[in-house]
Amino acid sequence: MDSRRSSRAVIDPKVRQVGFFTSAPLPPDRTQSDPPDPIRSPPLADASSPGNSLSPVMIPPPRHPSDSLLRLPHSPSDAFPPPSPTTTTTSLGDFSDDVTAASSPPPAAARVRGRGSSVKQQGAASSFPGGGFEVPPSVKAPSSVPASGLTTVSVVKLPPGISENAGGSVSVEVQSDRALNSKPLKEKTSKAERRAIQEAQRAAKAAAKAEGIKTPAVTALANAKSAKSTKPSPQRNDSAVVVAASEKKGGDRSVEKDRKKDVPHPRMQYDDKSRVQKLKKRSVVKPTEARNRVELFRHLPQYEHGTQLPVLQSKFFQLDTLHPAVYKVGLQYLSGDICGGNARCIAMLQAFQEAIRDYSTPPAKTLSRDLTAKISSYVSFLIDCRPLSVSMGNAIRFLKSQIAKIPISLSESEAKATLHSDIERFINEKIILADRVIVKHAVTKIRDGDVLLTYGSSSAVEMILQHAHELGKQFRVVIVDSRPKHEGKLLLRRLVRKGLSCTYTHINAISYIMHEVTRVFLGASSVLSNGTVYSRVGTACVAMVAYGFHIPVLVCCEAYKFHERVQLDSICSNELGDPDSISKVPGREDINHLDGWDKSENLQLLNLIYDATPSDYVSLIITDYGMIPPTSVPVIVREYGRGQLWIYEECDPLASPGRCSDAVFFVDGLIFYPSQHLVLSFWFPDRPPSGLNNDLLERSDNFVTVAENGNFTNFEL
Amino acid sequence: MPDTQVLVNDFLNKLKKRKIEGSQATARQTAELLRSVISQQRVPYTNQAGALIDAVKAVGEQLIAANPVELAVGNIVRRVLHIIREEDLSLTTAAIGGLNLSAVSDDENDDDRDGDSTLSAAAVAAAARSTLRPPSLQTLLEDTPVSAAVPQTSSSGGDSEGKTADKSSRSRKLKHDVIEAVNELIQDIVTCHEQIAEQAVEHIHQNEVILTLGSSRTVLEFLFAAKEKKRSFRVFVAEGAPRYQGHLLAKELVARGLQTTLITDSAVFAMISRVNMVIVGAHAVMANGGVIAPVGMNLVALAAQKHAVPFVVLAGSHKLCPLYPHNPEVLLNELRSPSELLDFGEFSDCMDFGSGSGSPLLHVVNPAFDYVPPKLVSLFITDTGGHNPSYMYRLIADYYSADDLVVQRRATAGN
Repeated sequence: MDSRRSSRAVIDPKVRQVGFFTSAPLPPDRTQSDPPDPIRSPPLADASSPGNSLSPVMIPPPRHPSDSLLRLPHSPSDAFPPPSPTTTTTSLGDFSDDVTAASSPPPAAARVRGRGSSVKQQGAASSFPGGGFEVPPSVKAPSSVPASGLTTVSVVKLPPGISENAGGSVSVEVQSDRALNSKPLKEKTSKAERRAIQEAQRAAKAAAKAEGIKTPAVTALANAKSAKSTKPSPQRNDSAVVVAASEKKGGDRSVEKDRKKDVPHPRMQYDDKSRVQKLKKRSVVKPTEARNRVELFRHLPQYEHGTQLPVLQSKFFQLDTLHPAVYKVGLQYLSGDICGGNARCIAMLQAFQEAIRDYSTPPAKTLSRDLTAKISSYVSFLIDCRPLSVSMGNAIRFLKSQIAKIPISLSESEAKATLHSDIERFINEKIILADRVIVKHAVTKIRDGDVLLTYGSSSAVEMILQHAHELGKQFRVVIVDSRPKHEGKLLLRRLVRKGLSCTYTHINAISYIMHEVTRVFLGASSVLSNGTVYSRVGTACVAMVAYGFHIPVLVCCEAYKFHERVQLDSICSNELGDPDSISKVPGREDINHLDGWDKSENLQLLNLIYDATPSDYVSLIITDYGMIPPTSVPVIVREYGRGQLWIYEECDPLASPGRCSDAVFFVDGLIFYPSQHLVLSFWFPDRPPSGLNNDLLERSDNFVTVAENGNFTNFEL
Repeated sequence: MPDTQVLVNDFLNKLKKRKIEGSQATARQTAELLRSVISQQRVPYTNQAGALIDAVKAVGEQLIAANPVELAVGNIVRRVLHIIREEDLSLTTAAIGGLNLSAVSDDENDDDRDGDSTLSAAAVAAAARSTLRPPSLQTLLEDTPVSAAVPQTSSSGGDSEGKTADKSSRSRKLKHDVIEAVNELIQDIVTCHEQIAEQAVEHIHQNEVILTLGSSRTVLEFLFAAKEKKRSFRVFVAEGAPRYQGHLLAKELVARGLQTTLITDSAVFAMISRVNMVIVGAHAVMANGGVIAPVGMNLVALAAQKHAVPFVVLAGSHKLCPLYPHNPEVLLNELRSPSELLDFGEFSDCMDFGSGSGSPLLHVVNPAFDYVPPKLVSLFITDTGGHNPSYMYRLIADYYSADDLVVQRRATAGN
């Protein structure tokens, strides 16, 4: 034994040496000695970085060039989802030229992009005519566009159109010295450099205004060309610089910047006294703080409930800054008349619609800037009434990006009309039609004889149950409810009215009732990027018990509620409801032990609104992009999250039949992309498509048969 | 015995109407009732233990049938039966020891067996010989000779005649002793909180966060005992729908100066990640270590397991049930009134009673208990100390004799 061990001890270090000593010195060698190698230079963590450095690990998803252009805001070779203002050009009034100009390069771009940054410059060239320079930076995604669009120029530190060659050489210099240490740009850009960039941006902006718009793009193109010739395999840092100079069309913009923006803002922490003070100064509602605050939740707003409403009502005539529609919605949130993610979101958007309709730009202000500020003030008012849901946050982000994208050339009435229809479309596509798709998907999961359990009241689940009932499926519904809202009662009432057979129970009895259940359908307030389902408090309990009983848990959630934030527990971020509703049990007068509870210091009542269900408990998430496992949520967020997917707008067969040659349209409104094997979204079926070169032969639940150039192809859905 | 019959009927009614809340109260009242039954019971000249056992079983059967879910009743009936057997055994051994001082140990053993067999022959058909011995290694080893001796003793019934004199001398003594022992039992039931609470300091640490569900007197005393020992900690109380006993507990805790936070049951999963320990009471503890507890407990236990939070069950010895559960979620459960969930008539507008076709559309399920399987329980704290779930069967065996496990059938067979 001993001898063996000793002999091993002799061998082992050798073996280890092979693994350790040889490989350890190597990476520095690689990165330092031959920096131009595009494959090795990016740090591993950045496998998904710019398209020009093809990581050996990453396999770019195959995507049809044309549809990627149409549908996706970013380049096909780019695994990154740049929050993208793709639609800038399209939303222009006179976009026909631009579209043709813009729509031709990207397929080429898709091909060439791997080689270097020049193509992006091309893209930039084609997108600049939009005159997007004046677009004020308002929200994360779009704000970077005009700025970054000129970064190359700014690095060059020369007014555009003056000395391309010099610019090229400078940028090359930057590249080469960056290349030596292949580290992320974040660490490399010094303060001075950043300031220089900013200044140059400003200068360039002014210059662009003066000189016309094409010039900088040409410059950029030329820059890139020279850069490319000097350095055929650009480093990722160079790409960060040069890509920053890219444009909006292909979506290849500063990956670094985008990445930074992808990190969601830290939320307001209410235990930060100075910030709370600041917030209070601004807020309209001025809530009084609850006295018995729960220690664990000091970071969340805990206000005395019931005090805001009268204050607000008394202030009605002083709130001249607020639009009455917004005010009304705020009050409805406050009183709890509108609850549920979708309902709140729609109500808010409609209020904004009205506000925008009545809006007029004050003199000496630009519409987009002023309107954004206006919307922000509305939003902070709504937050005062009730913290935003994730869905609302996403909708606001969308709205602001749409506002930011409005070109200055547009007249006010046109801009307002555009926004109005944008909001309308958001509601229709992201919420109403998304629900229809979810219902369509989910119904396939209901079989005869099923016992479906649902918790609380989810609008999507309710639609699913009703639709399945209309289809004549024989099933039973178990509605689990909980205090204090008892939302399940309302759902129960509606379902029983429809003639569904229901069982009603409370959440404590979940282990008892779970024995007979075959499927669990849950709604969600949001699905976070790590697969966590953020939903009505108690959902996690239900999912956990179902998991324990090996019963599939299906979460139904529209994709617009997905968020790139991550959360592990329900405490870091949550919402607190009215504690008084816990002390009182409606209909049970005998339970009055806690009357006057707020007099005692030691007692706190905690009324959590949400909880976070770990992704292990979720078997399936049914969303408008199909049925996905929770692990795929970040993919959806990444691919479709930021740049809002506007199938209808960009792929409208009436507008540009040629562009969707690949897509198959179904009568029920789905659009199917054979090249992706994916049903993506849908258009409005009341407008029949024209100019399609695919014929749909057959469609079942699982596959479609498409005739294409005389060949029949089956595609699985 | 009209006197006891009235008492018994009264108690039966209360049980049937679920007027008695809580297993402790039930246990105490059962024990008191059985005590009066025993004291009223006229004991025959011979075989008084058998007569007592008969009487107690007859009453016990009724009580258990009145509320089969309230396992404490059955536990106490079995405990009393066990006490009678024990007392009888100790009397027999004492008497024999007193009479035959010269007898060698072998003889004593024989006599002992004789007295036993007369009892069993006269009273219950198959009253076990082993009952008279506490379960021990010795008993196990001696088991074979006992069974071998059975035919011999039963055939020679006259043998026992000679012992009658001894028995008459201790006729009063048995009843008296039994009543004494039952009094002790009652005392135990009443004071079990204190014994459990004494252990609190060993389990509750400074600055801990403790979660509990519903209301349990034992838990209250336990927490308070730790608080008295200058430990400061906070308690999350889940309210325990649909009875909302948590409100009561929260109120009591606050009255005693504990930092208390009341949460809804649905927030249990959300909060448990910040909890150090779950301490709950139980309705009954089964022999396999499973727990019958107020509804919602399984949820808490699962969440605790998920977050690796110790799940501690406090149970007085009267809650230890010698039975093994089978399908306890259904068989050891009881469905309470739907009115706790939905107001009466609340949904009458949704239902078309006129048509009367088919089954009604709406069912309301409101179970009273949950079954927590032993694998979810980290620790039991009883008045005899802390125990693992896997050890419960052994602990329980100390309190009951194997003969009494099935009270009903024996009793009917005896009748």
